[in-house]
Amino acid sequence: MIIYGVALLAFCYTVGQLLGDYLGNLLGVQANVGGVGFAMLFLVVLSDWLRKKGALTLHTENGIQFWNHMYIPIIVAMAATQNVKLAVSSGFIALAAGFIPVVLGMAALPLLTRLAKKTQ
Amino acid sequence: METLTAFVLKNGLIVAFLVVGVLMFVASIFSTHLTRKKIPGSALAILIGLILAYLGGHYTGGTKGIADIPFFAGFGLLGGSMFRDFAVLATAMGASLLVMRSTGWAGVLSLFLGIFLSFFSGVAVGLFFGYTDAVSLTTLGAGACTYIVGPVTGGAIGASSDVIALSIAAGVVKTLVVTVGTPFLAPHIGLRSPHAAMIFGGLMGTTSGVTAGLAATDPVLVPYGALTATFYTGLGCLLCPSILYLFLQLFF
Repeated sequence: MIIYGVALLAFCYTVGQLLGDYLGNLLGVQANVGGVGFAMLFLVVLSDWLRKKGALTLHTENGIQFWNHMYIPIIVAMAATQNVKLAVSSGFIALAAGFIPVVLGMAALPLLTRLAKKTQ
Repeated sequence: METLTAFVLKNGLIVAFLVVGVLMFVASIFSTHLTRKKIPGSALAILIGLILAYLGGHYTGGTKGIADIPFFAGFGLLGGSMFRDFAVLATAMGASLLVMRSTGWAGVLSLFLGIFLSFFSGVAVGLFFGYTDAVSLTTLGAGACTYIVGPVTGGAIGASSDVIALSIAAGVVKTLVVTVGTPFLAPHIGLRSPHAAMIFGGLMGTTSGVTAGLAATDPVLVPYGALTATFYTGLGCLLCPSILYLFLQLFF
């Protein structure tokens, strides 16, 4: 049943996001800490376990795959709701403070990837 | 006209499905015929989305892009954090636990490095433009992390509202630069493997930017980038108003 897949997704989402909220509270920050990350780990582990038990039917998996394929349209909708006006009209300080970290991060990526590969 | 308006208000999400579908169809035609598929349809669709967001903000003066126009109000729900996180989660289906585990520590390292790099470049920009107090500099540095870390930090340490607004703007700029820049820069910085995507997520941190940028680059990479990026904002909210603020107080 397709709803089993959607429900499995919703289960991982709920548990992960709640864990992220509680962790945020525990650390005293007003933000969710890693909610989706935890949810993803649950989903990977749970679906692997269910597949091994033969409980993950094609229909169940389709319930998850549907949302997987809805991902890009949702990102397009998200792009259309960003505060682009603010970003474009906010002057040099905001432009520089938003632009420079990205450039530095992009430059650091090859170094860090190489470092991580070396030590594996 | 009144009936139409009432219908759209009541059925916003469904209308958003329709509009996004049409938008992606148009983008894929552009991609095939104007760029010979050199720029992927999804990247073009995201770009068109950003342009629409600008127009929405321009005409309504609101903060939610096209969603501030009543006809497109459903975009707020479809493009909001609930659906985004739910779909990002679904992309993890089929992601490799092995890769996640073996890149784990590098992901953690990239998170800290990403926050420090962003924070201190935000502080440097603030200094360059004449801010000299620790509170404003910390808030600007936090804004350079993400547009959530900025206002949360600024609120916690008592920054003025114009500095907080500036920090939000910096975070939004960062999200947009990552969204648009990633597909173009990916081949040059070795952003091809799940392994590199996890480190990328930690370095950039903006979940919206990372997931949109990777979607336009190679959708296979999305879950890996999202996995680390999702810890960034929380970690930033933890570090910026505490040790990073205290550190700046030593100098200013």
